[in-house]
Amino acid sequence: MQRAKGISVIYLSLLLALILMVMPMPAMVKLFRPDWALLVLLYWVLALPFRANIGTAFVVGFLVDVLVGTVLGVNALAFSVVAFVMAANHQKIRNFSILQQSLLVGLLLALYHLLIFWLSHFLTGVYFLPDYLWPVLTGTLVWPWLFWLLRRVRRQFKVR
Amino acid sequence: MNPIFERGPSLRLRLFFALLLSIGLMLIDRYTDSSTQLRSYLTAAVSPLIYVASLPQVILTGASEQFMSHQRLLAENDQLRERLLRQSGNLQRLEFLQQENNKLRELLGSAPVTEGQRLVAEVLAVYSHPFSHQIVLNKGSNDGVTEFQPIIDELGILGQVVSVGPTSSRALLITDTTHAISLRIERTGVAVIAEGLGQWDRIRLVHLPHSIDIQDGDRLVTSGLDGRFPEGYPVARVNRIQRDVSQPFLQVQAEPYAQLDRIRYVLLLWPQTELDQQGDSD
Repeated sequence: MQRAKGISVIYLSLLLALILMVMPMPAMVKLFRPDWALLVLLYWVLALPFRANIGTAFVVGFLVDVLVGTVLGVNALAFSVVAFVMAANHQKIRNFSILQQSLLVGLLLALYHLLIFWLSHFLTGVYFLPDYLWPVLTGTLVWPWLFWLLRRVRRQFKVR
Repeated sequence: MNPIFERGPSLRLRLFFALLLSIGLMLIDRYTDSSTQLRSYLTAAVSPLIYVASLPQVILTGASEQFMSHQRLLAENDQLRERLLRQSGNLQRLEFLQQENNKLRELLGSAPVTEGQRLVAEVLAVYSHPFSHQIVLNKGSNDGVTEFQPIIDELGILGQVVSVGPTSSRALLITDTTHAISLRIERTGVAVIAEGLGQWDRIRLVHLPHSIDIQDGDRLVTSGLDGRFPEGYPVARVNRIQRDVSQPFLQVQAEPYAQLDRIRYVLLLWPQTELDQQGDSD
């Protein structure tokens, strides 16, 4: 087993993503806010699945639950499932072109939102609005840039 | 099976544990009362994150106030002074009316309505996750904030406190999908219940019979029947009535008076507990 290197970079980036998720913004902008925590987590699962996988996803999801105020465990479950899909197929997904990757990430984001809606509907009886799916689109568009940025960070700090 | 995991359980087993744990959490949070306490601890634990996240906004508004021109400051000052004068005029009349009201209530033998304590709190963060409309306030149990305390702003009722940390607390807004509030139609006095829909600008009145007397523009005020919100505060204005006889109930939506998505300061109310006890003994 390789020695963990620069693991704090992973945690730091996840923490930053969490802060971005709860940063106060005008309501119009908030509607389109990408799910930063999930995107950053997906990158680390894709790049280093033996460092960040379902355990990390669960913890980050739980923190999102606490911060955003959804029923505890909803985001934790959705994050874990999405991270599982990513980790199980990481070798295939790595070989995709950046465009294909973005589309796939879009699909995963849609899965995430579907899970969240489905669970919330069960637990609290919310109603579906098409507006809820904007973050899927913005997340898909943001992915190539985020991927590029985090790859630079990973190489800079030699995270392994 | 999974060559990436040289040690530890396989990916599927990990997923299984994560699912089990999160489903357990959901059930505990949704169906037991102990979660309120748990949430309070968690709120306290993550409050540094929220402080950091709200820093840019604080700095930006601070800077814009800093660079506000002298002229505008003076104009604003004048405006505020005028408003203060007008309101203190109203207040004098209010005090007189309140005294009169108390006397009349004494004559009728019912408990006098006294004003509770109040506290101004600043909003640290507003969550607009469609499935949770909550705000975080910068006052906590150190300032005497307790759970289920109502919060208002200058326009009307905002919501109620749901979990309290030492220096911050979390309040549920009336538009949250899990929130319901007992209201009264001011014009007719009929008691109704309003639920949040997860949208900032509307709440829904539930279980209204088709024969009810309700009009566009009716004011809805708190009824005080839920035992949490004090009576008589404005909440919302009826703005959509759908008379569809194929539905079992009348479909009515109302628009909250308070601008819930851009709150900066709120007022925490303390109910008069002595009053409640006196009311119960009657």
